[in-house]
Amino acid sequence: MKRMNYYLQVLTVIGINIILAVSLNLVSGFTGQLSLGHATFMGIGAYTATLLALKLHVPFIPSLIFGAAMAAFFGFIIGVPTLRLKGDYLAIATLGFGEIMKNILLNLKITGGPMGLRGIPKVTNIYIVAAAVVVVIFTLNRIMISRVGKSFIAIREDELAAEAMGINTTNYKILAFTIGAFYAGIAGGLFAFLFRYINPNNFGFMKSIEILCMVVLGGMGNTAGAILGAALLTVLPEFLRSVSPLISQYRMVFYGLLLVVMMIVRPQGLLSNTSFYFRRISVEKNAGKGGR
Amino acid sequence: MFFQQFFAQVMNGLTLGSTYALIALGYTMVYGILELINFAHSEIYMTGAFVGLIMVTVYKLPFAAALLAGMAGSCILGVIIEKIAYRPLRKATRIAPLISAIGVSIFLQNAALLVFGPQARAFPANFSAAALNFGFVQISSLQLLILVISVLLMIGLHLLIHRTKIGQAMRATAQDKETAQLMGIRIDRVISFTFAIGSALGGAAGVLVGVYFNSADPMMGFFPGLKGFVAAVLGGIGNIPGAMVGGLILGLAEVFGAVYMSQYKDAIAFAVLILILLFKPTGLMGRRIQEKV
Repeated sequence: MKRMNYYLQVLTVIGINIILAVSLNLVSGFTGQLSLGHATFMGIGAYTATLLALKLHVPFIPSLIFGAAMAAFFGFIIGVPTLRLKGDYLAIATLGFGEIMKNILLNLKITGGPMGLRGIPKVTNIYIVAAAVVVVIFTLNRIMISRVGKSFIAIREDELAAEAMGINTTNYKILAFTIGAFYAGIAGGLFAFLFRYINPNNFGFMKSIEILCMVVLGGMGNTAGAILGAALLTVLPEFLRSVSPLISQYRMVFYGLLLVVMMIVRPQGLLSNTSFYFRRISVEKNAGKGGR
Repeated sequence: MFFQQFFAQVMNGLTLGSTYALIALGYTMVYGILELINFAHSEIYMTGAFVGLIMVTVYKLPFAAALLAGMAGSCILGVIIEKIAYRPLRKATRIAPLISAIGVSIFLQNAALLVFGPQARAFPANFSAAALNFGFVQISSLQLLILVISVLLMIGLHLLIHRTKIGQAMRATAQDKETAQLMGIRIDRVISFTFAIGSALGGAAGVLVGVYFNSADPMMGFFPGLKGFVAAVLGGIGNIPGAMVGGLILGLAEVFGAVYMSQYKDAIAFAVLILILLFKPTGLMGRRIQEKV
């Protein structure tokens, strides 16, 4: 029974990580804007949902959604100045924003400072997470086959050409970023109500890198890949920990190597040609390689 | 009394700022030539500090030798990183080298964490500062040393870029890689050289800061690296005098900002970044570059 619970717990964490990976994939994989602060939006969602539930006794679902909305709002605020420019700035700005947010969470009274918030009711279970995963992936796919989604991909492939086609690239980039932050906020809320305790370090730079690794490993711009990446990078550390507890020290070294090696050897990720829909995109990508 | 304190703060700001400027030069040179944010630059800086520290503590070398060793170590590391992690990706999409750079940064940071442990290491006591009196103002000898070395390095860089053949090649490559290649410039060599110089400057900053704050630790590159980048953007990324000015302004802004809100000291740089991006995205001294198809 205990073992069963452990497996269920791992499965639940996989679900949360799938939401995170899929949402970062929307921003970095489909729209081509590298974000290094995805965990920050998760944190905003987690803290907002937790505070609503603890201090104002708001029920679970509304606090979850409000947390996600708050994350989306911050995504919008940080996206407006940085996404007007070339995407490189976004990487640094999101990184900096993450550090500022961590600073604020560590210093504010209401967030419990470095002690974090404890005593959160355990509401999240495998069914709720599964439902959330389904909703997120379903809505994401609806977005990606719509005109909006096509615009995201056009921006990734060639920003200048997309603009020439009449796509307002800035607005679409901000939109992708805001939606990504919203989903990350949901994942954050689920995380808080699963582990019942949060502190600022749960949502730091290293967590952002972990999410990025999931996306890169599975395949950028590939939802199935992001799901696979999230599952692999959740199970792998758990498995390795049971082999040798020392190995967790090497985890971040491994993540760093993983990013470099994947970019050089297989930039399209583990899954690149799985679904017809994504294969078509990768063909277009190769065709466009002649340009810059 | 007020003037003395003010002067001391200005000196603090200039000292901090000149190290930011040295870091910013590495970012801006690489960006100017490859349009890549070299995330691993903060770890190159950290490596410089550690090489300097090892030279001083293990081999008992004097400061000047440690500084040169730190610069050499960073220089070699920078060239190797470029060869392994960036060169194969030169024809790839824009986002690929950026992710590779982050990977290198994470890898080096955590490798250093495994090798050296998380605790900060101190430089030996004979490197501590003496106060120099100039009439009614006091300057710490270390601050003066850092300022002088930074200024010398920057003058050296300026001469290198504007007075030598390789400097001319660097400028040509930054302007237009293909055309430079047609003119007989070996692009790969110029890019390697750019990484070497930029990394050496970053390594110098690492040793100087290590001595100034009397500590080196594996995570020490994180914030100075980010701030160096902000300084580069502030001055206009790709613009070398801009990086120097940007660094000094950022150092002063941080020191004076910290007087009012010390716990958010690290946030000041990012506030500056956001403001610059909003109001003058080309930076103080940058030119607007038309994007070509």
